[in-house]
Amino acid sequence: MNFNKIYALALRHLYLISNSLPRIIDLIYWPTVQIFLWGFISKFFTLNSDYYSNTVGIILTAAILYDFLFRVSISFNMMFLEEIWSRNFTNLFIAPIKINEIITSLTFTAVLRALIGLVPAAVLAIPLFGVSVFKLGLPLLFLLLGLYLFGITLGLLVTSGLLRFGPSFENIAWASLFFLAPLGCIYYPIEVLPNSLQIIAKALPLVHIFEEMRNILLNNTVNYFDIIKSISISIIYFILGVIVFYVSFFGAKVRGTLINMGE
Amino acid sequence: MFIEVKNLTKEFQKNLAVDNINFSIGKGKTVGLLGPNGCGKTTSIGMMLGLIKPSSGEILINNKNLDSLKRDDILSRINFASPYIELPKKLTVRQNLEVYGRLYGVKKLKERIDEISEDLNIKNFYNRKTGELSSGQKNRVSLAKSLINKPEILFLDEPTASLDPDIGDFIRSYIQQYKTKHQVTILLASHNMNEVERLCDSIIMMKNGKIIDRGTCEEIIKKHGRDNLEDTFLKLARSKDEFQ
Repeated sequence: MNFNKIYALALRHLYLISNSLPRIIDLIYWPTVQIFLWGFISKFFTLNSDYYSNTVGIILTAAILYDFLFRVSISFNMMFLEEIWSRNFTNLFIAPIKINEIITSLTFTAVLRALIGLVPAAVLAIPLFGVSVFKLGLPLLFLLLGLYLFGITLGLLVTSGLLRFGPSFENIAWASLFFLAPLGCIYYPIEVLPNSLQIIAKALPLVHIFEEMRNILLNNTVNYFDIIKSISISIIYFILGVIVFYVSFFGAKVRGTLINMGE
Repeated sequence: MFIEVKNLTKEFQKNLAVDNINFSIGKGKTVGLLGPNGCGKTTSIGMMLGLIKPSSGEILINNKNLDSLKRDDILSRINFASPYIELPKKLTVRQNLEVYGRLYGVKKLKERIDEISEDLNIKNFYNRKTGELSSGQKNRVSLAKSLINKPEILFLDEPTASLDPDIGDFIRSYIQQYKTKHQVTILLASHNMNEVERLCDSIIMMKNGKIIDRGTCEEIIKKHGRDNLEDTFLKLARSKDEFQ
Protein backbone atom coordinates (compact mmCIF):
# COMPACT_ATOMS: atom_id res chain seq x y z
CA MET A 1 0.00 0.00 0.00
CA ASN A 2 1.16 3.48 -0.85
CA PHE A 3 0.46 5.85 2.04
CA ASN A 4 0.96 8.94 -0.12
CA LYS A 5 -2.02 7.86 -2.26
CA ILE A 6 -4.09 7.02 0.79
CA TYR A 7 -3.26 10.48 2.13
CA ALA A 8 -4.07 12.09 -1.24
CA LEU A 9 -7.58 10.66 -1.26
CA ALA A 10 -8.08 11.58 2.39
CA LEU A 11 -6.86 15.09 1.55
CA ARG A 12 -9.57 15.37 -1.13
CA HIS A 13 -12.22 14.82 1.56
CA LEU A 14 -10.50 16.95 4.18
CA TYR A 15 -10.30 19.86 1.71
CA LEU A 16 -14.01 19.37 1.02
CA ILE A 17 -14.79 19.76 4.72
CA SER A 18 -12.35 22.59 5.42
CA ASN A 19 -13.56 24.58 2.38
CA SER A 20 -17.11 24.77 3.65
CA LEU A 21 -18.36 26.10 6.98
CA PRO A 22 -21.87 24.67 6.38
CA ARG A 23 -20.32 21.20 6.01
CA ILE A 24 -18.48 21.55 9.31
CA ILE A 25 -21.67 22.76 11.00
CA ASP A 26 -23.58 19.87 9.42
CA LEU A 27 -21.08 17.37 10.81
CA ILE A 28 -21.46 18.77 14.34
CA TYR A 29 -25.17 19.69 14.25
CA TRP A 30 -26.78 16.23 14.03
CA PRO A 31 -24.77 14.50 16.78
CA THR A 32 -25.43 17.50 19.04
CA VAL A 33 -29.18 17.36 18.37
CA GLN A 34 -29.09 13.63 19.12
CA ILE A 35 -27.32 14.27 22.42
CA PHE A 36 -29.89 16.89 23.41
CA LEU A 37 -32.82 14.66 22.46
CA TRP A 38 -31.54 11.54 24.17
CA GLY A 39 -30.20 13.59 27.05
CA PHE A 40 -33.70 14.79 27.91
CA ILE A 41 -35.23 11.34 27.35
CA SER A 42 -32.51 9.83 29.51
CA LYS A 43 -33.12 12.41 32.23
CA PHE A 44 -36.85 11.63 32.19
CA PHE A 45 -36.22 7.86 32.36
CA THR A 46 -33.75 8.10 35.23
CA LEU A 47 -36.35 10.00 37.23
CA ASN A 48 -39.20 7.59 36.42
CA SER A 49 -37.74 4.11 35.88
CA ASP A 50 -36.44 1.71 38.51
CA TYR A 51 -34.29 -0.07 35.95
CA TYR A 52 -32.33 3.03 35.07
CA SER A 53 -32.50 4.82 38.40
CA ASN A 54 -29.10 3.65 39.61
CA THR A 55 -27.25 4.46 36.42
CA VAL A 56 -27.67 7.96 35.16
CA GLY A 57 -27.25 8.36 31.44
CA ILE A 58 -27.30 4.74 30.25
CA ILE A 59 -29.52 5.70 27.32
CA LEU A 60 -27.44 8.75 26.53
CA THR A 61 -24.27 6.64 26.48
CA ALA A 62 -26.00 4.18 24.16
CA ALA A 63 -27.08 7.10 21.96
CA ILE A 64 -23.52 8.41 21.76
CA LEU A 65 -22.12 4.99 20.83
CA TYR A 66 -24.87 4.37 18.29
CA ASP A 67 -24.28 7.79 16.80
CA PHE A 68 -20.60 6.91 16.40
CA LEU A 69 -21.59 3.81 14.43
CA PHE A 70 -24.06 5.84 12.39
CA ARG A 71 -21.57 8.64 11.64
CA VAL A 72 -18.78 6.23 10.61
CA SER A 73 -21.07 4.34 8.24
CA ILE A 74 -22.73 7.43 6.78
CA SER A 75 -19.35 9.16 6.38
CA PHE A 76 -18.03 6.21 4.40
CA ASN A 77 -21.12 6.26 2.18
CA MET A 78 -21.08 10.05 1.85
CA MET A 79 -17.49 10.15 0.65
CA PHE A 80 -18.27 7.60 -2.01
CA LEU A 81 -21.45 9.43 -3.00
CA GLU A 82 -19.47 12.69 -3.23
CA GLU A 83 -17.50 11.14 -6.09
CA ILE A 84 -20.74 10.25 -7.88
CA TRP A 85 -22.39 13.62 -7.24
CA SER A 86 -19.32 15.52 -8.43
CA ARG A 87 -18.99 13.25 -11.51
CA ASN A 88 -15.43 12.51 -10.41
CA PHE A 89 -15.92 8.77 -10.39
CA THR A 90 -14.06 8.05 -13.63
CA ASN A 91 -11.14 10.30 -12.69
CA LEU A 92 -10.78 8.44 -9.41
CA PHE A 93 -10.91 4.96 -10.90
CA ILE A 94 -8.40 5.71 -13.68
CA ALA A 95 -5.94 7.12 -11.14
CA PRO A 96 -3.20 4.69 -10.13
CA ILE A 97 -4.71 3.92 -6.75
CA LYS A 98 -5.46 0.35 -5.69
CA ILE A 99 -8.87 -0.68 -4.41
CA ASN A 100 -7.42 -1.53 -0.99
CA GLU A 101 -5.90 1.97 -0.85
CA ILE A 102 -9.30 3.51 -1.63
CA ILE A 103 -10.94 1.42 1.11
CA THR A 104 -8.17 2.28 3.59
CA SER A 105 -8.41 5.98 2.83
CA LEU A 106 -12.19 6.08 3.14
CA THR A 107 -11.97 4.02 6.36
CA PHE A 108 -9.61 6.46 8.05
CA THR A 109 -11.34 9.57 6.77
CA ALA A 110 -14.72 8.21 7.90
CA VAL A 111 -13.56 7.99 11.50
CA LEU A 112 -12.15 11.51 11.31
CA ARG A 113 -15.49 12.83 10.02
CA ALA A 114 -17.36 10.92 12.72
CA LEU A 115 -15.11 12.25 15.48
CA ILE A 116 -15.38 15.86 14.25
CA GLY A 117 -19.12 15.59 14.92
CA LEU A 118 -19.19 13.34 17.92
CA VAL A 119 -16.40 14.57 20.20
CA PRO A 120 -17.94 18.04 20.74
CA ALA A 121 -21.34 16.42 21.35
CA ALA A 122 -19.94 13.88 23.82
CA VAL A 123 -18.04 16.62 25.68
CA LEU A 124 -21.19 18.77 25.73
CA ALA A 125 -23.10 15.96 27.44
CA ILE A 126 -20.82 16.17 30.50
CA PRO A 127 -21.86 19.61 31.81
CA LEU A 128 -25.39 19.50 30.34
CA PHE A 129 -26.55 16.10 31.57
CA GLY A 130 -23.77 14.98 33.91
CA VAL A 131 -23.10 12.02 31.60
CA SER A 132 -19.65 11.13 30.39
CA VAL A 133 -19.15 8.36 27.89
CA PHE A 134 -15.54 8.33 29.03
CA LYS A 135 -16.69 6.73 32.31
CA LEU A 136 -16.67 3.45 30.42
CA GLY A 137 -12.88 3.66 30.74
CA LEU A 138 -10.53 1.56 28.65
CA PRO A 139 -13.29 -0.80 27.41
CA LEU A 140 -14.75 2.23 25.59
CA LEU A 141 -11.91 1.98 23.08
CA PHE A 142 -12.72 -1.67 22.37
CA LEU A 143 -16.45 -0.99 22.09
CA LEU A 144 -15.70 1.84 19.67
CA LEU A 145 -13.38 -0.45 17.68
CA GLY A 146 -16.18 -3.00 17.26
CA LEU A 147 -18.64 -0.28 16.23
CA TYR A 148 -16.07 1.26 13.88
CA LEU A 149 -15.44 -2.03 12.08
CA PHE A 150 -19.15 -2.74 11.78
CA GLY A 151 -19.90 0.82 10.62
CA ILE A 152 -17.25 0.53 7.90
CA THR A 153 -18.69 -2.86 6.93
CA LEU A 154 -22.13 -1.33 6.43
CA GLY A 155 -20.46 1.44 4.41
CA LEU A 156 -18.72 -1.15 2.25
CA LEU A 157 -21.96 -3.04 1.64
CA VAL A 158 -23.84 0.13 0.69
CA THR A 159 -21.05 1.34 -1.63
CA SER A 160 -21.01 -2.14 -3.18
CA GLY A 161 -24.73 -1.62 -3.86
CA LEU A 162 -23.92 1.76 -5.44
CA LEU A 163 -21.38 0.07 -7.70
CA ARG A 164 -23.86 -2.67 -8.58
CA PHE A 165 -27.07 -0.67 -8.96
CA GLY A 166 -25.81 2.89 -9.53
CA PRO A 167 -26.86 6.12 -7.80
CA SER A 168 -30.43 4.87 -7.40
CA PHE A 169 -29.12 2.76 -4.52
CA GLU A 170 -28.49 6.02 -2.64
CA ASN A 171 -31.68 5.80 -0.58
CA ILE A 172 -30.58 2.45 0.80
CA ALA A 173 -27.45 4.22 2.02
CA TRP A 174 -29.54 6.33 4.35
CA ALA A 175 -31.87 3.52 5.39
CA SER A 176 -29.28 0.79 6.03
CA LEU A 177 -28.63 1.59 9.66
CA PHE A 178 -32.23 2.20 10.60
CA PHE A 179 -32.98 -1.29 9.29
CA LEU A 180 -30.48 -2.88 11.68
CA ALA A 181 -31.12 -0.65 14.68
CA PRO A 182 -34.08 -2.63 16.09
CA LEU A 183 -32.00 -5.81 16.06
CA GLY A 184 -28.98 -4.09 17.55
CA CYS A 185 -30.63 -3.83 21.00
CA ILE A 186 -29.13 -0.39 21.40
CA TYR A 187 -31.53 1.00 23.98
CA TYR A 188 -32.97 -2.22 25.44
CA PRO A 189 -31.74 -5.66 26.53
CA ILE A 190 -31.90 -8.54 24.06
CA GLU A 191 -34.59 -10.26 26.12
CA VAL A 192 -37.05 -7.69 24.82
CA LEU A 193 -36.85 -9.25 21.34
CA PRO A 194 -38.92 -12.32 20.41
CA ASN A 195 -36.90 -15.56 20.57
CA SER A 196 -36.63 -15.90 16.79
CA LEU A 197 -35.21 -12.39 16.44
CA GLN A 198 -32.81 -12.95 19.33
CA ILE A 199 -31.06 -15.62 17.27
CA ILE A 200 -30.56 -13.18 14.39
CA ALA A 201 -29.59 -10.35 16.74
CA LYS A 202 -26.86 -12.46 18.37
CA ALA A 203 -25.23 -12.85 14.98
CA LEU A 204 -24.71 -9.07 14.91
CA PRO A 205 -21.90 -7.44 16.88
CA LEU A 206 -24.18 -4.61 18.00
CA VAL A 207 -26.03 -6.71 20.57
CA HIS A 208 -22.80 -7.79 22.24
CA ILE A 209 -21.41 -4.26 22.22
CA PHE A 210 -24.50 -2.63 23.74
CA GLU A 211 -25.11 -5.48 26.19
CA GLU A 212 -21.54 -5.05 27.40
CA MET A 213 -21.96 -1.29 27.65
CA ARG A 214 -25.00 -1.81 29.90
CA ASN A 215 -23.10 -4.44 31.88
CA ILE A 216 -20.26 -2.00 32.57
CA LEU A 217 -22.58 0.85 33.54
CA LEU A 218 -25.05 -1.22 35.57
CA ASN A 219 -22.78 -3.79 37.22
CA ASN A 220 -19.47 -1.96 37.13
CA THR A 221 -17.73 -5.06 35.76
CA VAL A 222 -16.08 -5.70 32.43
CA ASN A 223 -16.58 -8.93 30.52
CA TYR A 224 -13.63 -8.96 28.14
CA PHE A 225 -14.77 -12.23 26.61
CA ASP A 226 -17.92 -10.52 25.30
CA ILE A 227 -15.88 -7.58 24.05
CA ILE A 228 -13.53 -9.90 22.15
CA LYS A 229 -16.56 -11.77 20.80
CA SER A 230 -18.11 -8.53 19.51
CA ILE A 231 -14.85 -7.44 17.85
CA SER A 232 -14.38 -10.89 16.30
CA ILE A 233 -17.88 -10.82 14.81
CA SER A 234 -17.19 -7.32 13.50
CA ILE A 235 -13.96 -8.51 11.88
CA ILE A 236 -15.79 -11.38 10.15
CA TYR A 237 -18.39 -8.95 8.79
CA PHE A 238 -15.63 -6.54 7.76
CA ILE A 239 -13.82 -9.24 5.75
CA LEU A 240 -17.14 -10.16 4.17
CA GLY A 241 -17.77 -6.48 3.34
CA VAL A 242 -14.36 -6.16 1.65
CA ILE A 243 -15.04 -9.30 -0.43
CA VAL A 244 -18.47 -7.99 -1.48
CA PHE A 245 -16.89 -4.65 -2.44
CA TYR A 246 -14.27 -6.34 -4.65
CA VAL A 247 -16.92 -8.53 -6.29
CA SER A 248 -19.07 -5.44 -6.97
CA PHE A 249 -16.10 -3.53 -8.35
CA PHE A 250 -15.19 -6.27 -10.81
CA GLY A 251 -18.89 -6.70 -11.63
CA ALA A 252 -19.07 -2.97 -12.41
CA LYS A 253 -16.12 -3.38 -14.78
CA VAL A 254 -17.98 -6.12 -16.62
CA ARG A 255 -21.18 -4.05 -16.81
CA GLY A 256 -19.27 -0.89 -17.73
CA THR A 257 -20.90 1.23 -15.04
CA LEU A 258 -17.62 2.75 -13.81
CA ILE A 259 -17.27 4.99 -16.86
CA ASN A 260 -20.65 6.69 -16.70
CA MET A 261 -21.44 6.67 -13.02
CA GLY A 262 -22.92 10.01 -12.09
CA GLU A 263 -26.14 11.80 -11.40
CA MET B 1 4.58 3.66 -25.41
CA PHE B 2 2.34 2.25 -28.08
CA ILE B 3 -1.04 0.53 -28.05
CA GLU B 4 -2.26 -2.43 -30.00
CA VAL B 5 -5.87 -3.55 -29.89
CA LYS B 6 -6.62 -7.09 -31.09
CA ASN B 7 -10.09 -8.52 -31.76
CA LEU B 8 -11.56 -6.35 -29.03
CA THR B 9 -15.22 -7.03 -28.33
CA LYS B 10 -17.63 -5.85 -25.67
CA GLU B 11 -21.14 -7.16 -25.29
CA PHE B 12 -23.59 -5.66 -22.80
CA GLN B 13 -26.52 -8.02 -22.25
CA LYS B 14 -26.57 -9.24 -25.86
CA ASN B 15 -25.97 -5.70 -27.15
CA LEU B 16 -22.72 -5.66 -29.09
CA ALA B 17 -21.18 -2.30 -28.18
CA VAL B 18 -17.75 -3.02 -29.68
CA ASP B 19 -17.47 -5.71 -32.34
CA ASN B 20 -14.09 -7.29 -32.94
CA ILE B 21 -12.01 -4.16 -33.56
CA ASN B 22 -8.31 -4.13 -34.37
CA PHE B 23 -5.97 -1.15 -34.52
CA SER B 24 -2.66 0.12 -33.24
CA ILE B 25 -1.27 3.52 -32.33
CA GLY B 26 2.45 4.04 -32.69
CA LYS B 27 4.55 5.84 -30.12
CA GLY B 28 4.06 9.59 -30.34
CA LYS B 29 1.24 9.29 -32.86
CA THR B 30 -2.23 10.78 -32.57
CA VAL B 31 -5.14 8.74 -33.81
CA GLY B 32 -8.65 10.13 -34.09
CA LEU B 33 -11.56 7.89 -33.15
CA LEU B 34 -14.61 9.07 -35.06
CA GLY B 35 -18.14 7.87 -35.37
CA PRO B 36 -21.74 8.75 -34.59
CA ASN B 37 -23.02 8.79 -31.01
CA GLY B 38 -23.32 5.29 -29.56
CA CYS B 39 -20.91 3.74 -32.05
CA GLY B 40 -18.63 2.35 -29.32
CA LYS B 41 -15.96 5.04 -28.97
CA THR B 42 -16.40 5.60 -25.23
CA THR B 43 -16.67 1.86 -24.56
CA SER B 44 -13.43 1.31 -26.47
CA ILE B 45 -11.67 4.04 -24.49
CA GLY B 46 -13.15 2.62 -21.27
CA MET B 47 -11.63 -0.77 -22.05
CA MET B 48 -8.24 0.78 -22.79
CA LEU B 49 -8.41 2.67 -19.48
CA GLY B 50 -9.16 -0.57 -17.64
CA LEU B 51 -12.60 0.67 -16.56
CA ILE B 52 -14.52 -1.86 -18.67
CA LYS B 53 -13.65 -5.53 -18.94
CA PRO B 54 -13.66 -6.67 -22.57
CA SER B 55 -15.84 -9.66 -23.47
CA SER B 56 -12.99 -10.91 -25.64
CA GLY B 57 -9.85 -9.72 -27.35
CA GLU B 58 -6.83 -8.03 -25.91
CA ILE B 59 -5.21 -4.66 -25.42
CA LEU B 60 -1.44 -4.59 -25.61
CA ILE B 61 0.65 -1.74 -24.30
CA ASN B 62 4.28 -1.97 -25.37
CA ASN B 63 3.52 -5.58 -26.39
CA LYS B 64 2.27 -6.49 -22.91
CA ASN B 65 -1.31 -7.47 -22.25
CA LEU B 66 -3.11 -4.81 -20.20
CA ASP B 67 -4.49 -7.51 -17.87
CA SER B 68 -1.00 -8.76 -17.07
CA LEU B 69 0.29 -5.31 -16.14
CA LYS B 70 0.06 -4.00 -12.59
CA ARG B 71 -2.97 -1.71 -12.44
CA ASP B 72 -1.32 1.19 -10.62
CA ASP B 73 1.88 0.85 -12.61
CA ILE B 74 0.17 1.24 -16.00
CA LEU B 75 -2.36 3.83 -14.80
CA SER B 76 0.45 6.07 -13.57
CA ARG B 77 1.69 6.29 -17.18
CA ILE B 78 -1.60 7.11 -18.88
CA ASN B 79 -4.33 9.70 -18.36
CA PHE B 80 -7.70 10.82 -19.65
CA ALA B 81 -9.61 14.06 -20.10
CA SER B 82 -13.24 14.52 -21.01
CA PRO B 83 -15.71 17.37 -20.50
CA TYR B 84 -18.24 14.72 -19.44
CA ILE B 85 -16.38 13.84 -16.28
CA GLU B 86 -15.50 16.51 -13.77
CA LEU B 87 -13.14 17.22 -10.96
CA PRO B 88 -14.57 17.74 -7.45
CA LYS B 89 -16.51 20.99 -7.74
CA LYS B 90 -16.04 22.17 -4.17
CA LEU B 91 -12.26 21.95 -4.29
CA THR B 92 -10.18 24.80 -5.66
CA VAL B 93 -8.21 24.31 -8.86
CA ARG B 94 -4.97 24.13 -6.87
CA GLN B 95 -6.41 21.60 -4.42
CA ASN B 96 -7.65 19.37 -7.24
CA LEU B 97 -4.29 19.43 -8.99
CA GLU B 98 -2.54 18.71 -5.70
CA VAL B 99 -4.82 15.75 -4.92
CA TYR B 100 -4.40 14.25 -8.40
CA GLY B 101 -0.68 15.00 -8.46
CA ARG B 102 -0.31 13.03 -5.24
CA LEU B 103 -2.52 10.20 -6.52
CA TYR B 104 -0.29 9.95 -9.61
CA GLY B 105 2.83 10.07 -7.43
CA VAL B 106 4.19 13.16 -9.22
CA LYS B 107 7.66 14.15 -8.07
CA LYS B 108 8.30 17.85 -7.35
CA LEU B 109 4.57 18.39 -7.40
CA LYS B 110 4.54 22.09 -6.63
CA GLU B 111 6.86 22.82 -9.55
CA ARG B 112 4.78 20.58 -11.85
CA ILE B 113 1.54 22.30 -10.84
CA ASP B 114 3.14 25.72 -11.40
CA GLU B 115 4.48 24.63 -14.79
CA ILE B 116 1.22 23.15 -16.08
CA SER B 117 -0.81 26.06 -14.67
CA GLU B 118 1.44 28.53 -16.42
CA ASP B 119 1.25 26.62 -19.71
CA LEU B 120 -2.53 26.33 -19.67
CA ASN B 121 -3.06 29.84 -18.35
CA ILE B 122 -5.02 28.80 -15.27
CA LYS B 123 -3.06 30.64 -12.59
CA ASN B 124 -5.50 33.55 -12.47
CA PHE B 125 -8.27 31.28 -11.16
CA TYR B 126 -6.02 28.97 -9.23
CA ASN B 127 -7.76 29.51 -5.90
CA ARG B 128 -11.33 29.44 -7.18
CA LYS B 129 -13.56 26.44 -6.66
CA THR B 130 -13.67 24.25 -9.77
CA GLY B 131 -17.46 24.24 -9.82
CA GLU B 132 -17.52 28.05 -10.15
CA LEU B 133 -15.49 28.09 -13.37
CA SER B 134 -16.72 28.63 -16.94
CA SER B 135 -16.73 25.67 -19.38
CA GLY B 136 -13.52 26.88 -21.00
CA GLN B 137 -11.77 27.23 -17.66
CA LYS B 138 -13.01 23.80 -16.52
CA ASN B 139 -11.75 22.19 -19.72
CA ARG B 140 -8.30 23.68 -19.21
CA VAL B 141 -8.23 22.43 -15.60
CA SER B 142 -9.36 19.00 -16.77
CA LEU B 143 -6.57 18.99 -19.36
CA ALA B 144 -4.09 20.11 -16.67
CA LYS B 145 -5.18 17.17 -14.51
CA SER B 146 -4.74 14.80 -17.45
CA LEU B 147 -1.19 16.05 -18.05
CA ILE B 148 -0.11 16.33 -14.42
CA ASN B 149 1.72 12.98 -14.55
CA LYS B 150 3.30 13.65 -17.98
CA PRO B 151 1.43 10.67 -19.45
CA GLU B 152 2.96 8.55 -22.16
CA ILE B 153 -0.51 7.70 -23.45
CA LEU B 154 -3.30 10.26 -23.37
CA PHE B 155 -6.97 9.58 -24.05
CA LEU B 156 -8.98 12.64 -24.97
CA ASP B 157 -12.75 12.52 -25.34
CA GLU B 158 -14.01 15.64 -27.12
CA PRO B 159 -11.52 17.95 -25.39
CA THR B 160 -12.99 21.10 -26.95
CA ALA B 161 -16.72 20.27 -26.81
CA SER B 162 -18.90 23.30 -26.02
CA LEU B 163 -15.99 25.75 -26.08
CA ASP B 164 -15.93 29.04 -27.91
CA PRO B 165 -13.61 29.13 -30.98
CA ASP B 166 -10.93 31.12 -29.17
CA ILE B 167 -10.56 28.74 -26.22
CA GLY B 168 -11.04 25.73 -28.50
CA ASP B 169 -8.17 26.97 -30.64
CA PHE B 170 -6.02 27.59 -27.55
CA ILE B 171 -6.53 23.99 -26.37
CA ARG B 172 -5.90 22.50 -29.82
CA SER B 173 -2.69 24.53 -30.16
CA TYR B 174 -1.58 23.45 -26.74
CA ILE B 175 -2.21 19.74 -27.44
CA GLN B 176 -0.36 20.08 -30.74
CA GLN B 177 2.68 21.64 -29.06
CA TYR B 178 2.58 19.21 -26.17
CA LYS B 179 2.49 16.06 -28.30
CA THR B 180 5.38 17.27 -30.44
CA LYS B 181 7.45 18.17 -27.42
CA HIS B 182 6.73 15.08 -25.29
CA GLN B 183 6.14 12.39 -27.94
CA VAL B 184 2.93 11.40 -26.22
CA THR B 185 0.68 8.78 -27.83
CA ILE B 186 -2.86 10.17 -28.14
CA LEU B 187 -6.23 8.62 -28.88
CA LEU B 188 -8.65 11.44 -29.61
CA ALA B 189 -12.41 10.92 -29.79
CA SER B 190 -14.01 13.95 -31.33
CA HIS B 191 -16.94 15.22 -33.35
CA ASN B 192 -15.01 18.31 -34.40
CA MET B 193 -13.61 17.47 -37.83
CA ASN B 194 -11.34 20.52 -38.00
CA GLU B 195 -9.81 19.44 -34.73
CA VAL B 196 -9.28 15.92 -36.02
CA GLU B 197 -7.68 17.14 -39.25
CA ARG B 198 -5.40 19.44 -37.32
CA LEU B 199 -4.29 17.05 -34.58
CA CYS B 200 -4.47 13.50 -35.90
CA ASP B 201 -1.89 11.55 -37.87
CA SER B 202 -4.59 9.07 -38.87
CA ILE B 203 -8.22 8.31 -38.11
CA ILE B 204 -10.42 5.34 -37.37
CA MET B 205 -14.10 5.50 -38.29
CA MET B 206 -16.49 3.46 -36.15
CA LYS B 207 -20.14 2.61 -36.66
CA ASN B 208 -22.34 0.16 -34.78
CA GLY B 209 -19.36 -1.06 -32.77
CA LYS B 210 -17.25 -1.85 -35.84
CA ILE B 211 -14.38 -0.10 -37.56
CA ILE B 212 -15.69 0.83 -40.99
CA ASP B 213 -12.70 2.72 -42.32
CA ARG B 214 -9.27 3.97 -41.41
CA GLY B 215 -6.35 5.92 -42.82
CA THR B 216 -5.04 9.46 -42.92
CA CYS B 217 -7.61 12.24 -43.27
CA GLU B 218 -6.48 12.91 -46.87
CA GLU B 219 -6.71 9.24 -47.81
CA ILE B 220 -10.22 8.85 -46.43
CA ILE B 221 -11.53 12.08 -47.96
CA LYS B 222 -10.07 11.10 -51.34
CA LYS B 223 -11.32 7.51 -51.12
CA HIS B 224 -14.91 8.64 -50.61
CA GLY B 225 -14.72 11.45 -53.15
CA ARG B 226 -15.59 14.29 -50.79
CA ASP B 227 -14.09 17.73 -50.24
CA ASN B 228 -13.58 17.59 -46.52
CA LEU B 229 -13.69 15.29 -43.51
CA GLU B 230 -17.07 16.51 -42.32
CA ASP B 231 -18.76 15.50 -45.58
CA THR B 232 -16.91 12.19 -45.50
CA PHE B 233 -18.09 11.61 -41.93
CA LEU B 234 -21.69 12.29 -42.95
CA LYS B 235 -21.44 9.93 -45.89
CA LEU B 236 -20.03 7.12 -43.75
CA ALA B 237 -22.36 7.72 -40.82
CA ARG B 238 -25.47 7.71 -43.02
CA SER B 239 -24.43 4.87 -45.27
CA LYS B 240 -25.72 1.36 -44.72
CA ASP B 241 -22.59 -0.15 -46.24
CA GLU B 242 -19.39 -1.00 -44.52
CA PHE B 243 -16.48 0.42 -46.43
CA GLN B 244 -13.47 -1.31 -45.02
